[in-house]
Amino acid sequence: MNPRILPLGDSSVLVQLGDEIELKVNQRVHALAKLIEASGFHGIVETVPAYSTLLVHYDPLILPFSRVKNELRAKIAQVEETANRKPRRVDVPVRYGGEYGIDLESAARHLGLSIEDVIRIHSEKIYLVYMMGFTPGYPYMGKLDDALMMPRLETPRTRVAAGTVAIAGSQTGIYSIDSPGGWNLIGWTPLKLFDPDYDSPFLFAPGDEVKFVVEDVA
Amino acid sequence: MSLEIIEVNGVATIQDSGRIGWRKFGVPASGAMDALASRAANALVGNPTNHVTVEIGLGVIAFRALQDCVVAVTGAGFELSVYIWDFRMWSSYYVRAGWTVRLNKLESGMWAYLAIAGGVQTPLVLGSASTNLRARFGGLDGRQLQIGDVIRSGAPSRLLDELAARTLPEEVRPRYSDHPTLDVVAGPQEKYFTDGSIEAFFSSEYTVSPTSDRMGYRLEGIPLMHRNKSELISEGMTMGAIQVPSNGQPIVMMADSPTTGGYPKIGAVASADLPLLAQCVPGKSKIRFRETTVAKAQKKYHELMAGLERIQGDVSF
Repeated sequence: MNPRILPLGDSSVLVQLGDEIELKVNQRVHALAKLIEASGFHGIVETVPAYSTLLVHYDPLILPFSRVKNELRAKIAQVEETANRKPRRVDVPVRYGGEYGIDLESAARHLGLSIEDVIRIHSEKIYLVYMMGFTPGYPYMGKLDDALMMPRLETPRTRVAAGTVAIAGSQTGIYSIDSPGGWNLIGWTPLKLFDPDYDSPFLFAPGDEVKFVVEDVA
Repeated sequence: MSLEIIEVNGVATIQDSGRIGWRKFGVPASGAMDALASRAANALVGNPTNHVTVEIGLGVIAFRALQDCVVAVTGAGFELSVYIWDFRMWSSYYVRAGWTVRLNKLESGMWAYLAIAGGVQTPLVLGSASTNLRARFGGLDGRQLQIGDVIRSGAPSRLLDELAARTLPEEVRPRYSDHPTLDVVAGPQEKYFTDGSIEAFFSSEYTVSPTSDRMGYRLEGIPLMHRNKSELISEGMTMGAIQVPSNGQPIVMMADSPTTGGYPKIGAVASADLPLLAQCVPGKSKIRFRETTVAKAQKKYHELMAGLERIQGDVSF
C-alpha cells in the first residue's frame, strides 16, 4: 500500500506503511524511525514504532501539522536506502517450564506436540522485536512458527512475574515487570528487561533480533 | 524550604510535564492530568512551567511549612486554606514556617496542583520526576505521597516577596464545567465506524464512567458501531486519543495512557480541551464532542498557553 500520513489529534501524526504484520513492512517502520531520530528535526518530540505504523509525537507550539507532514513525506522517500541494515542481536537464556512456565505442558497438549518439540521450535527461530508496549520494556516479537500458534487465555492472570516468556497468536513476548497477563506462559529468563535505575534501562529496543537459548528444562 | 505532608486521603503524586523520549520502549508519558493547571501553578511561583507539582485527586491533603515558602494551587475541585484563611486557587501565597496549607475536595472538578517556589527537589527517572504508579518508579519511590513525606524546594527564581500574591486572570484559565463540549480532531480510523455512529458521536452526550482513572476516561452513551472489524494491529497512541473497543463505548486515553493500543480511534481530543476533560467527575460529568481541524486545534492551544504569560503581580487579596 502507499504510505499514509494521518493526524492523531493536534500533536501527533500516524505514518502508516502497511496494514498487516509483515517483516518487510516492520523493518521499514524501524528504518523510518531511525531516519527521523537522526535528522534531529526541531519540534519532533519522539517516535513510537509499531507493526506497520510509526506514531510521531511533535510539539504544536513549534511545528504546524503541514510542516510535519512535508518532513515525513521527505523521510519516507529516503527510507528504502536504510531499511536493510543489520539489526542488533540479543540472546536470551530461557528456563522452559518450571515454576514460571506453568502453561508449557497444557500448551504442548493443545498444540499436539511434545514438550521437547515446543521448546525446540520456540528456541530455533530468530525473532524480530516488532514493537514495544504494554509495560515498560515489553517486546512484541514474531513471527512464531505456525505450529506454536494458540489463542490467549480466556481469563487473563492478575499477576505474571517479570522475566516470564510467553506466546499468543503469532507472537512471543517476555513480561518486563510484574503485571497482569493473558498470554500462555512457557518459561522464564533471569535477564532484567527493565530497570529504570540502570544506565541502559531496557534490554531490548524496537527492531532488535532475538534468539532464545535453552538453559535447562525444569 | 520545605513542606511536610501532615494529612492525606486521596491520591497525591509528584508529576511534571511528562516523561518524554521513552514511549518507543513502552514507557507511558505520565505527567499532570491537567497540564495547563500544573504549568500555571509553576508560572505563578516563578518556576519554569514544565517543573514538578504535587497532583492531588479525590480527597483531603494538608501540608505544614517547615520554613517560609511561596506556594500556588491551581486546578479544580478543591478549596484552599492557608493558616486561618480561606484563599482562592490560581494565585500564589506567602506561607510562614509552621502554617498549614490545606486542600479539601469539592463536588465539581478532580485535580489540584501545588507548586512551590524553587520547584520540588526530586530525582529524575528516565528524565522526568513524574510518578508511574503502575510500574512503581518516578516521583517519591514510585508511590503515592503519604503522611510524613517532605517536599523540598530548590532556590526560588526571585525573592519570595516578589513571587507571592500573584494571580492568573480568570479569562485565561480553562473554562471548567460539569458538561463541557470538547473539540475533537477526527481520525485516524474514523472510516472504521458507520456514518450513523460518527453522527451520534458528535451529537449525543456521554457520561464519564466511575471506572475512569489516570490511564483513561471511559465514557458511557450511544454505542459506536464498527463497520467491519473492531480491532486493529496495535499502533502508537497518545493522551486524548479516543479508542472504541467492540462494546462501542469510547475510552479517552489520559496521562498514564499505554503507549500503544489495538482499538480503532474515532478521533483525539484537542490539547487545549484536555484540561476540561481531565477535570470531569466520573459518574457525574456529561460531555459533548465537536469536530475541529488540526490547524484550529493548534491555534487554540497556542492561545491557551500564551495566557500563562498574563500573570499579574502584586494583587491584594
